[in-house]
Amino acid sequence: MDWRWDFTFDVVLPQLWAAAGITVYATVVSFLLALVGGLVLMTLKVSKNPVVSFVAGEFIEFIRSTPLLVQIFFLFFVLPEFGITLPPLTTGILAIALYNSSLCAEVYRAGLLAIPRGQYEAAVALNMSPRHAFRRVIMPQSLPPIVPALGNYLIAIFKETPLLSFVAVGEIMHASKLIGSEYYRFTEAITIAGIFFLVMSLVSAQLVRAVEQYVNRSILH
Amino acid sequence: MSDRDPKVRFEKVTKTYGTLQVLDSLDFHADNGEVVTVIGPSGSGKTTVLRVLMTLEDIQSGVIYIDGEPLNKMSRGGRLVPASKAHVRRIRAKIGMVFQNFNLFPHMTALQNCIEAPVHGKGVAKGQATTEALELLDMVGLADKRDHYPSQLSGGQQQRVAIARTLAMRPEILLFDEPTSALDPEMVGEVLNVIRDLARSGRYTILLVTHQMGFAREVSDRVCFFDGGRILEEGAPRDLLGDPRNERTRQFLSKVLEAR
Ligand SMILES: Nc1ncnc2c1ncn2[C@@H]1O[C@H](COP(=O)(O)OP(=O)(O)O)[C@@H](O)[C@H]1O
Ligand SMILES: [Mg+2]
Repeated sequence: MDWRWDFTFDVVLPQLWAAAGITVYATVVSFLLALVGGLVLMTLKVSKNPVVSFVAGEFIEFIRSTPLLVQIFFLFFVLPEFGITLPPLTTGILAIALYNSSLCAEVYRAGLLAIPRGQYEAAVALNMSPRHAFRRVIMPQSLPPIVPALGNYLIAIFKETPLLSFVAVGEIMHASKLIGSEYYRFTEAITIAGIFFLVMSLVSAQLVRAVEQYVNRSILH
Repeated sequence: MSDRDPKVRFEKVTKTYGTLQVLDSLDFHADNGEVVTVIGPSGSGKTTVLRVLMTLEDIQSGVIYIDGEPLNKMSRGGRLVPASKAHVRRIRAKIGMVFQNFNLFPHMTALQNCIEAPVHGKGVAKGQATTEALELLDMVGLADKRDHYPSQLSGGQQQRVAIARTLAMRPEILLFDEPTSALDPEMVGEVLNVIRDLARSGRYTILLVTHQMGFAREVSDRVCFFDGGRILEEGAPRDLLGDPRNERTRQFLSKVLEAR
């Protein structure tokens, strides 16, 4: 194998360093949007209005059963037709956030379904308001199973960001390919991009585990 | 509200699940401080009576009155209209319910279970709520378990915490739905002792669903025999349990007594 350290340090690392920032940024923003979007979709899906609930359910199903790459292309090429022209990074973040919103919605819903009916009934019998019951009785019990599932989506989103290279977002895979085609050398850039993903996945997994333990310690016993 | 109003009154209350009629134009009442036991075969609607009173279920028609005030309705311009949420919450504050499966909050200790609703629902100061809750836990014999989580308590202990938690909201009407059915036999007594004290205190109007006929006879002022969503027979415990008039009551009682 022909690995050149000078090339690695002079060209690859500086360029990938900047691109890695974009990858992390896209991951974190998509994830946060997905957490909120999932909550919105779940709320719509459990709505008492059958039309709202049906539309939300179908929307979630549709998003879940089409490939993310297709959705990225769709937003990238179709939104401008409606006069909405967004920067590629914004479009990409939106697509990833939307896709993961529908996954998070199911996680929230499963978390809530796991709470026995008796808990809601006890809250009513103690004359709690629905808000009080949700904040102090239901949510604390549904968080412990929800947190690890959401954590897995954080890591999954991270690994989905290379798809943004297809719409020319300068994240780390895109930067690697550019370096490769400019210098006719792929080994260093692709390898370092791979190592970057490996390290970040391990770091995220640790982070998720720490949050999980914190939640379990502060809510359960 | 006048002195003559019963504490609880059902007026032609009908409850259906789909096509299944569970309460059939039920008229029922309980006076202030009265202890009423509801008995009857499985599926006769005993639990449903308590659940509609606790507002855990809607009713299709009829009116439920508490101290003469409608619970599921409210009067506006002399007419009864469906109750607002605020109205329901105001009236419901007088009612507390103890469940067959305790339904304690598993992420809270015994003490936290007891002060949660007073502090975060009613706005009672935490110090005062804690003092009161500890008195109640002491009353049910569990002062030393205040910092235990439900998973660390036996069934009998959990049910006693659940009773303390209900009392902490200072209800006037207590609903017990087969409070000892989920318990191992050796724990039934400790829970019945607590309920007996509450019944004898005269401070509460109590509706009790139970299959413990001996206990029913001992604590009730009145026993109602339910069948098919209506009261087939009611009377003083000695009469109804000792010498039932109705053939179905007779059959039911002989079955229950045989089973023991
Ligand atoms: N949520 C429900 N949906 C449909 N049917 C129900 C529901 N809850 C109770 N029922 C039915 O209503 C009837 C009365 O139930 P219940 O009041 O629980 O009886 P009991 O407590 O006397 O055994 C039963 O036939 C039961 O199957
Ligand atoms: Mg029942």
